[in-house]
Amino acid sequence: MNNTAHTTSSAPTSLWKMRLRLMRKSLKTGWDIFKENPVGMVGLVIIVFFALLAILHPILMATVWDPGTYDPITGYDFKTLIHPSPPSWLPQPDNPMYKPSFRHILGTDPLGRDVLSQLMYSTRSEFLLGVGAALVTVLIATTVGAVSAYYGGLIDILFMRMADVMMMLPFIAILIVLSSLFQFKMIHLAIVYGILAGFGGTTIVIKSQALTIKVKSYIEAARIAGGGDGHIIFTHLVPNLLPLSFLYMMFTVTGAIFSEAVLSFFGLLDIRMSWGLMIQTAQAAGYLLNSWKYWYLMFPAGLSITLLCAAFYLVGRAMDEVVNPRLRKR
Amino acid sequence: MGKYILQRLGQILVTLFVFQTLLFVILTAMPGDVTNRMLTNPDIPPEVRERTRQALGLDDPVLVQYGRWFQNFITGNLGVSYSEYPTPVIEILEERIPRTMVLFLAATIVQFVVGFSMGRALAWQRGGFFEYGSTIVGVTLYTVFTPWFALMMIFIFGARLHWLPLGKFLTPILWRKVDIPGMSDSLTKANYVFTRMLWTATAAFVIWLIMAYFTRNLSHTKRNRTRLIATVIILAVSIGGWAMVDIGPLAWDITKHMILPIVTLTLVGFAGTMLMTRQTMLETLREDYIQTARAKGLPEKLVRDKHAARNALLPVFTGLIISLPSVISGGIITETVFSWPGMGLTLLNATTQEDIPLVMGTLSFIGVLSLLAHLVADITYAFLDPRIRYS
Repeated sequence: MNNTAHTTSSAPTSLWKMRLRLMRKSLKTGWDIFKENPVGMVGLVIIVFFALLAILHPILMATVWDPGTYDPITGYDFKTLIHPSPPSWLPQPDNPMYKPSFRHILGTDPLGRDVLSQLMYSTRSEFLLGVGAALVTVLIATTVGAVSAYYGGLIDILFMRMADVMMMLPFIAILIVLSSLFQFKMIHLAIVYGILAGFGGTTIVIKSQALTIKVKSYIEAARIAGGGDGHIIFTHLVPNLLPLSFLYMMFTVTGAIFSEAVLSFFGLLDIRMSWGLMIQTAQAAGYLLNSWKYWYLMFPAGLSITLLCAAFYLVGRAMDEVVNPRLRKR
Repeated sequence: MGKYILQRLGQILVTLFVFQTLLFVILTAMPGDVTNRMLTNPDIPPEVRERTRQALGLDDPVLVQYGRWFQNFITGNLGVSYSEYPTPVIEILEERIPRTMVLFLAATIVQFVVGFSMGRALAWQRGGFFEYGSTIVGVTLYTVFTPWFALMMIFIFGARLHWLPLGKFLTPILWRKVDIPGMSDSLTKANYVFTRMLWTATAAFVIWLIMAYFTRNLSHTKRNRTRLIATVIILAVSIGGWAMVDIGPLAWDITKHMILPIVTLTLVGFAGTMLMTRQTMLETLREDYIQTARAKGLPEKLVRDKHAARNALLPVFTGLIISLPSVISGGIITETVFSWPGMGLTLLNATTQEDIPLVMGTLSFIGVLSLLAHLVADITYAFLDPRIRYS
């Protein structure tokens, strides 16, 4: 605090440099608190692991993996057809699948496609979907929360009633209907989920936070200095809401990934490959009742969805402690 | 209290209005209309399509259609299903609503009771393997991919252990052997048996509530013992009664099919309640009145149940109200995976068959169920919270 006051008075550094330094400082404090929480670190490690998988896939496809064999959607290992008497790890004549081996680390699915390649390919779209939905949610929730807290009155009533409606509705039911009526792709799902979540519960939390900021004296000072409504909302109110918004981003990511997996499990999404689709393929081909023997069909995808959802949830929980000092252990 | 309930009722009605409007917007925003499928048939001349549009009122202004939509919804006229033509949608819903309600109510109640008592025990015994183990299990269950989890439950308990059936509502072979006078097909029989099962369960629950009301003023240990004995008697009488009639095996068949979906839905849901109870209990235990209660020598169990848990109940119950929609979502997924013929499976089948009247009817009903659950939960909350009860 002393330090910043000093720099402003003595050396006329530019405003954005000072802001940047302040931001870095608060990020570092936040990171220090976050680091102490083992639960959050576990979540972060899982997220980094999946991010690495997502980055690695195009590199592997370009270098080691032959696209004809390892493509997640159209790949097929033709060695099956050439080999006269296949050894036990190769597909047998009555069964087109590879068992896990060095050639196919997680085996192949009933259509002869590499499971690991599918898993890694899906990770990328899963991340894009999660981040996309979360960005839409945060954009809507922060703006609506700040605006309805700042103006109050009719706008406030309107948005809060809308949030009530959104909170009471089961998302999956609405998404099932929407995705079948309108032929959803991943990007549409991200936007629609973002809108549903953005106008829902997140808005209420952010609005209540905005109400406590609205009465602070620096808002008053900004108004006396002649700041307009838009100026106050977007340069004084919103930046102070961002930590909380960022926290709710994490929970939105969990919800978005979960919904995508459910919808693609039901076969309602117009997408090429995803974790939900992998489970659906295995189930539709009749390998459910033999899950133990064909573990590489059911377990990798199911566990990936669970782990990634859990990871974002855990990071969110740990960030909750950073944002809400009340929850910290003393 | 009365004023509070009235106020909530008003809010629910407004929400229902908004929800129906949302459905209408979705329906209108959909590209094309029902007569589009006539375009693919070359034998149908364009004039017929035009006449059908007029007959269905699709050429009317949007506001007129909106008014008609509401009028139909209020009078219960939800149209005729395409996929099960000419059955009216409302009849299909009437048959399937009880099945969803049973799944939803059983899962919600069991998850709350189990989650609350486990969270209570967790907060009381801090540290050690028990706490870490159950927290890990809790978070895993909370975020587990529900369809996959349900499939695994089928695989373990149905396919491997052969304890329970794999899915569906009943075993047809068993039903063909038993005759119920005046009924030929097993669907009517199933509805007959299932309705009676529901009435038994409702009656048993009401009797239990009355019993709980009359024993509320007994001392702690005495009350628990009386309630336990009464619960056992009620269960014994209702199950014994079913065992004696000749449709008893059929009821047992339905029950067997019901166990796995309910257990799955409960397992997925109870972790949230458990973790939340633990959190609030830990906060409550720091309060001064807990120390006072201990200092004046009350038994530990009494401090836990009456002083700590009673105060932790309210936030947990709020959490339950917020999580109701996700229980319904979980129900849709569970029903689909287990082929349980309730609203969720109906919704999914209707959407894949483009049976729009049935889709809209089902979605309306799911919305109404969600809102009613909210209302009931709000009223229960008002009973639990003395600040609302006495105002």
